[in-house]
Formats: sequence, structure tokens, C-alpha cells
Amino acid sequence: MTMEIFLQNMANGITLGSLYALLAIGYTMVYGILRLINFAHGEIFMISTYFAFYGTAIFALPWQISFLIAIVLTALLGVVIERAAYRPLRDAPRISALISAIGVSFLMANLGLVIFGGRPKTFYRPPIFQTPIELGGVRVVALFFVIPALTAILLVALNYIVYKTKTGLAMRAAQWDFDTARLMGVDVDRAISITFAIGSALAAVGGIMWGLRFAEINPNMGLFPGLKCFIAAVFGGIGNISGAVLGGFILGFGEIMLVAFLPGLAGYRDAFAFILLILILLVRPTGLLGDKQRVKI
Amino acid sequence: MMARKRVVLSILKIAAVCAALVLFFLLLAWGQEHWDAYTVRILNLCGIYIGITLGLNLCNGFTGQFSLGIAGFMAVGAYTTALLTMAPAIKQAVYFIEPLIYPLNSIQWGFLPSLLMAAIVSGIVGFLVGAPAIRFRGDYLAITTLGFAEIIRVLFTNIVPITNGALGLKGIPPHTNLVWSWGFALVCVAVMARLMRSGFGRALKAIRDDEIAAEAMGVNLFSHKCLAFVVSAMMAGVGGGLLGNLITTIDPNMFRFPLTFTVLMMAVLGGLGSITGTVISAALVTVAMEALRALEEPRVIFGLALPGIPGMRMVVFSVALMMVILFFPKGFMGDRELSLDRAKSLATRLRRANTSRQG
Repeated sequence: MTMEIFLQNMANGITLGSLYALLAIGYTMVYGILRLINFAHGEIFMISTYFAFYGTAIFALPWQISFLIAIVLTALLGVVIERAAYRPLRDAPRISALISAIGVSFLMANLGLVIFGGRPKTFYRPPIFQTPIELGGVRVVALFFVIPALTAILLVALNYIVYKTKTGLAMRAAQWDFDTARLMGVDVDRAISITFAIGSALAAVGGIMWGLRFAEINPNMGLFPGLKCFIAAVFGGIGNISGAVLGGFILGFGEIMLVAFLPGLAGYRDAFAFILLILILLVRPTGLLGDKQRVKI
Repeated sequence: MMARKRVVLSILKIAAVCAALVLFFLLLAWGQEHWDAYTVRILNLCGIYIGITLGLNLCNGFTGQFSLGIAGFMAVGAYTTALLTMAPAIKQAVYFIEPLIYPLNSIQWGFLPSLLMAAIVSGIVGFLVGAPAIRFRGDYLAITTLGFAEIIRVLFTNIVPITNGALGLKGIPPHTNLVWSWGFALVCVAVMARLMRSGFGRALKAIRDDEIAAEAMGVNLFSHKCLAFVVSAMMAGVGGGLLGNLITTIDPNMFRFPLTFTVLMMAVLGGLGSITGTVISAALVTVAMEALRALEEPRVIFGLALPGIPGMRMVVFSVALMMVILFFPKGFMGDRELSLDRAKSLATRLRRANTSRQG
């Protein structure tokens, strides 16, 4: 393998890792606060790409505005889903909420099929992201720098919100214990809504960048990245934001490098994430950065 | 006198059940020849899905181990049965990329031994998946089993000399008929009914209701959960085998998550933990699946050409699932059963209510 191809794979790994990281954060935040796999997160990600697509393609908005609107709408969608499908089941057995989440996921994927049509659509890619940049003899487009940089900025912002603001404090309090948090004057429902809004907004950023990177979007694109990113979140330690980022990068890198170094195993790429999941759960069930959790009796 | 009367009664009961079964299967055998192919196909699917959904319910409903791996076990069963029942000449024609490996390419078994083999193989796979997976709880178990099913699918896509890869298998002999599929459904019902009345079944329910309390009472969690998982995988395997020999072509992409979702939906709508609920719901959903196919096909109503809407069926079903889980979280049967005794007691209660009102 030449240096050039290696660097190209590095760039691919970092970009895919960034995208996985953005999605994994949504999973880890929701799991942290509700102890629920938000199966619909992958579909939220899918729908965000369509919001952005219709903004530029049908309403002919400038891409900056269209992307911004898509992010806001997706955040709203996340909040609405929580309110309609998860809140009524908050005191029900956790399996009911999980079934509800699977139901929402299927509903949205198939609604997407009904509304958007099954044929893949071509995502609008602003030329600015396609400017070639030469670095160490390798030519890559600007997008390969934009994606990790934007991810890094968002992570800093997220860390600020979660650890330095009152809202973040409320979210972390709700993560520990609803009742105690309520007694301390925390509006738990609001904290949960904000968690969903932030997670969905990050998924939207991930979705738009996914569109910019792979150019093609379809209603079924949500399920697999979604499941993989949940696995990334588990791998890093569920409930832990840095863990989700780490898990996302390991998964993204792993997938790209598996295909690059062992092309014979390329067909097994989709199984890679699940094998990783089973291994980590057997060896270290709390993930790389997770704390030891005790089961309350 | 009383004792003898009871013996006679119970013999009569058994005789009546046997007669009813014989009549039922005679009707099915007759129907296989005389009903139109479409009806027969749907009835076959009903029988197969009843069995598979009962298997899922054994694990997810009665034991409370929420597994999402059913499609993987169906794939194992379907491929096992197909590989054993296909004629060697057809195998040679189907495997044109890479030939099928030795012992499989020259054998052809009967349907019953093939299905039994499917049960054994999917049971073994079920054990290999279940033994590590069942130590996880709740949603971790769900995602792990989903992962295993996905790994099985990816393996089947890639091991070309055995599975023919993504091309799948064609020309599987259409052995499945009404007697087979409903026989399978009845065997599953009988197994479940016996199981749930045994100490083993009560232990499973105890695990579902409170794992720690069950363990404290001396229930071996590992062996009970594992056995429930394996039996569930076996039912799915045989069901998959029947399905493969019904539709005569299979490929790895048939056995993806949407298939698991369909079976899960049948179980949830009927009530996780009810045998009769599962039977009714699996049959109804199978019929509805076909009836709603009309939504996805273009048609003309009063001279108005309406385009078909792909995906509409699953929208309807996912809305139904959401409604049930949000408003009737236990499904329409909960964990109750429909039985003659129940109907009788209901009738007595109604009569009593009536007389008390009159009096």
C-alpha cells in the first residue's frame, strides 16, 4: 500500500469516524437519561438529510439557510417523538418503550418511503466543500477537513452546555435520578426534551455531512448507521459523551481499515460493528470509558 | 362411581380432540387440492407464522428475554432444509459461481428429516448465540441478538460454496402444504401449552416477573433462559424451513430486521405471554399483510387511476403497533388465554349478573 492510499484511507477513517461520533452522541445522551435505545435515532438522521435536500432542491433556499432550517426541524422532530412515543411509557416496563422505539423507527423509515419515494436522491453539494486541497502530496477535497473540524467545534460546544450551564446540570441530575432531581427543582421533562433536541440536532449535522460526503440519500439509510452508532456508544461506555466520540472514531476507523488492509473481508464490513459489540460486552460490559454500574435490587 | 365417570369423561374428551384433529387435517388435505392457490398460500403462511411467533413469544413474552434474532434462526432453518431437500441436479445448476461443497451436493433427504435437521441445526446455533447473549439484560440482549442475526446474514452472503451467496437458492422443492404448515402450528401450540403448565414453564414466568427472586427460589437462570432460547430458535428454524419450501426461493436479504419486526409485531399485538392471543394475532396479521398489499399496487377506483404507494403497508402496521403499545400495552389478550373453561365461567358470571339484576 502506497503512502498516498494510506493517507486517503486515514482521511476516510477520520471523516466516517466523525460522522459516527456525531450520531453516537445522540444515542449515549438518550440512553444515559432514559435507559432506552432510541431506535428512531437513525431515522431522525435520515429525515434530516431529506429536510436539507428539500430545502435546496424544492424551496431553492441558499444551502446555508436550508441546512440551518433542517437542523432546527430535526431537533423539533426529536422532541416531538419523545413526547408522543416515549413519554407516555416512562413508567411502563422498559421493554414497552423499546418496542415503541422500534415502532417509531419503522414508522419513520416507511413514511420516508411513502413521502420521499424509494429511489435514492442526489444531495446538493455546495462547491465550496469540493475545493481540492493538496497536503503532503495527497489531494483531498475541503470536506475532509470540514467534517472533523465541525465535529470538534460541536463537541466543545456540547461539553460547555453539559458541564458549564444550568441546563446541562439539570440534564446530568436527571441522569442520576428523576425523583431526586425533581425534589431539587429540576424540570425533568424539560431536561429530557433538551436532551432529545441536542441529540437530534447533532444527528442532523451528521446527516447533512453524510449527504455532502456520500451524495446519495434514501429512506433506508438510517437503520444501519443508526445501529452501528449505538454500538459505538456502547463500545465507548454508554451514557458517556467522550466515550461515544471515542467509540465512533474506533468504529469508523476500524471499518475503513478493515476494508483497506484486508480486502478479502470487505464483505464482512457490516458484521464488524456487531462483532465488536459482542466482544466488548463479553469482556468489558460497561465499555471503554464507562463506570461500573451496579444493579439495584 | 364418580371416579369411573371422570375416567370415561376424560377418555371421551381425548377421543373428541383426536376426532377434531383428524377432521381438521382431512379438511386441510382436501383444501390443498380444492381451494385456489392464493388462499392456500395465505393459509400456509398463517400456519408458519403462528409457529414462529409462538417461538418468539416463548423467549420474549413468557421468559421476558427480549430477543431480536428470530430472522437469523429462520435463515439457518430455511437454508438447512433447502440444502437437504433440493435435488442434486438443481443444486448443480443453481451453484454456478462456485460449486456446492461435497457432502451437500450429492444428497437429497425427505422433507421430515430435513425439517428435523433444521430444528437441530438452528437449535445448535441458538445455543451458540444464546449462551453468551442471555447474560445481558433488556435492551442489551435485544441489540446483541439483533447483531447475531445480522452476522448470520452476512456470513450467509459471503460463504458462497455453501449458501450460494447473495444470489440465494432457487428451485427449492415446494414440499410445504397446508398439512405441514398447520401441523407445525399445532405442534408448536401443543409444546407451548404443555410447557407453560409444567414446572419449567412456571420457572420461566418467574424469571420474567422477577429474575432475582426467581434465582433466590432456586431457579437456575442460565439453563432455563438458555433452554427457552434454544426452543425458540428451533421453532423459528423449522418455520424458516417451511417458508423456504413454500416460496421455493430464498436469499440472505429476506432474513433482515424487517422480518424480525413482522414477527415481533404479531407477538406484541396478540399479547406477549398469551398462546391463544399469539395464534389469533399471527393469523390476522398474515391475512392483513396480504389484504393491505392492495395499498401498494396501482389500481383504478371509479375511473380514477390511483398509483400504488410502496411502504404504505408497513406504515399501517407500525401505526397499529404504536397504538397497541401506547394504549393497550399488553396487546389484546395480555397474558390471558382463550379457552372453553374461560368461556364457560364468563357465561356463568353473565347469567349470575342477570339473575341478580332481576332479583
